[in-house]
Amino acid sequence: MNDDTAAAAVAAGMGVEALSADRSRRRRRSRRVCLALGGGILLMAVLSLSAGAYSIGPADLVRTLLGLGSGSENFIVLTLRLPRLVLALLAGAAFAVSGALFQGVLRNPLASPDILGVTGGASAAAVYGMLVLGFGGLATSLSAAAGAILVAAAIYLLAWRGGMAGSRFVLIGVGVAFMVQGFLGYLLTRADLRDAQYALTWLVGSVSGARWSDILTVAAGLAVLLPVVWALAGRLRMLQLGDDLATTLGVAAERSRLVLLGLAALLAAVATAAVGPLAFVAFVSGPIARRLLGDGRPALLPSAMVGVLVTLTADFAAQHLLPGGIQLPAGIVSGAIGAPYLLWLLATADTSGKGA
Amino acid sequence: MPPSPPVPHTLAAVGLSLGYDSRRIIDDLDLELPSGRITVIVGANASGKSTLLRGLARLLRPESGVVLLDGDDLFGLPGKRVATVVGLLPQHPVAPAGISVSDLVGRGRHPHQGWFGRWSGTDDAVVSAALAATDTLELSARRLEDLSGGQRQRVWIAMALAQDTDILLLDEPTTFLDVAHQLEVLDLLHERNRGEGTTIAMVLHDLNLAARYADHLVVLREGRILAQGDPRDVLTAAVVLDAFGLSARIIDDPVSGTPLIVPIGRFHDNHPRIS
Ligand SMILES: Nc1ncnc2c1ncn2[C@@H]1O[C@H](COP(=O)(O)OP(=O)(O)OP(=O)(O)O)[C@@H](O)[C@H]1O
Ligand SMILES: [Mg+2]
Repeated sequence: MNDDTAAAAVAAGMGVEALSADRSRRRRRSRRVCLALGGGILLMAVLSLSAGAYSIGPADLVRTLLGLGSGSENFIVLTLRLPRLVLALLAGAAFAVSGALFQGVLRNPLASPDILGVTGGASAAAVYGMLVLGFGGLATSLSAAAGAILVAAAIYLLAWRGGMAGSRFVLIGVGVAFMVQGFLGYLLTRADLRDAQYALTWLVGSVSGARWSDILTVAAGLAVLLPVVWALAGRLRMLQLGDDLATTLGVAAERSRLVLLGLAALLAAVATAAVGPLAFVAFVSGPIARRLLGDGRPALLPSAMVGVLVTLTADFAAQHLLPGGIQLPAGIVSGAIGAPYLLWLLATADTSGKGA
Repeated sequence: MPPSPPVPHTLAAVGLSLGYDSRRIIDDLDLELPSGRITVIVGANASGKSTLLRGLARLLRPESGVVLLDGDDLFGLPGKRVATVVGLLPQHPVAPAGISVSDLVGRGRHPHQGWFGRWSGTDDAVVSAALAATDTLELSARRLEDLSGGQRQRVWIAMALAQDTDILLLDEPTTFLDVAHQLEVLDLLHERNRGEGTTIAMVLHDLNLAARYADHLVVLREGRILAQGDPRDVLTAAVVLDAFGLSARIIDDPVSGTPLIVPIGRFHDNHPRIS
């Protein structure tokens, strides 16, 4: 063995240490990020349960949550505010994971279900169900899921040219989004005014008026979808390297992409059916989480936490922080957060459209 | 993982035709990569070198013919099994923004890991050896996008090495590298080949380096094999002219004794050959 190989062996030994130091540094950072996000979520949860026309202190809040509250406290916290909080939490997580999946699989930060018209497809189908077919809760959810899958499948088929390029998917998705908007507009103008008003509130994205039955639907959807996503996260990591490398590394690229996009579309559909198309939560959560972690991993859990935090914050702001005490649906505030980010992304995107 | 088999793996194309949208690029090609040797593929731009490698690596389904891994149709085998035996570094690999060098190289371990990708001590050892071999250890905590083109290329090679396959295909592994690093990378691959018996097939553009490092040289022209064999036999002025449309003089490389191609071009031929 010559000096070079001996030196390489020594270097490799040091390398193992460097690698594990590296790994624990990354792990510490992601733990810190998750803890901070968790803290933020907890804070927003406490705030949204206690603040309001009838404000409840932390001690009373804990007592009430333990089932020891007075009748009025029980009504306000457990019946009015808690369902709203839980729904916001579940929907935020679902949107965020959906967005992170779309962006990761298509390797494009613009690829999120709200921009591609997948959420729009869910909305259109849901509104069609509500206004034209007179659907109730569960049927609306199912038609939303059908709408999202239909739109996602349409984009997929239109964008497929013996292979899939993320940028083509995005461009076609944006086009499809406009078509879906057109269809929605048509439905709304044809509907009777009161129905249209109701559909419109829902279309902005709102967690108010949450019912436990809605929550159960979302929770059941997530309970089925998230474990599958979790199991396939490794494939997402490989797909991030493009089809050639993913295949070389033993991942069936086309099939994995199809399955992951299907899951992402379903997650968007489940959340949309419950709260409407909460603007931009899917779009911003993944990039924020990845930026916090500072590395190229898909970061599904941190994305979900960011999604929850953004949704809770948007809803809280919409309820309590607007001047003049007006209350708006959460979607207006989340849209106001997301739109500038979209502009920034477009402004800083390189010519290939991959963006920052 | 079972110990590597005593019989080396074999990879061969039989009557292989490849193409995109039924435009035929590789036409009825037969090629057997000599096991445990270095094969270098050369040819003009768009002659189908990358396409051929992609076909050999199961990235492109044959229009006709078959690629055989140990005698079995590559497309009949489970992808993950193939991935433990055949690795490929594409000509233009992509990575997510922000990815760190160690993360990227570590992803090369995917075929050796279980369903949930549990990281093992072996993974650490292999990754760090790959980083050390490509002289990228001190870059391991950096982000890929912050590196120079040559550093990045060496990281990609480290990733291909980390996959730890018996057959390694590399599409222009020396692009972006300065002269010293080109030789370093080729030496590294040579070492890998002689030391561990890794079968290597790579595309190179530098004919002189190709001649020096190839045990088996394949010259491709318009999707067909123009000539193949020992570089000394293959690299004649006629073949170079035929494959590249380039007049050249062939002399002996004073360092390695392999053929040295001296291109003539239109303007600088001040020493007409006396023949
Ligand atoms: N993805 C693709 N879709 C369609 N045609 C392609 C694709 N990739 C390559 N081709 C075509 O196939 C032919 C051979 O390309 P290939 O990449 O195999 O050439 P190459 O020998 O590797 O060239 P280079 O030296 O420039 O890398 C070219 O005409 C090219 O246009
Ligand atoms: Mg090529």
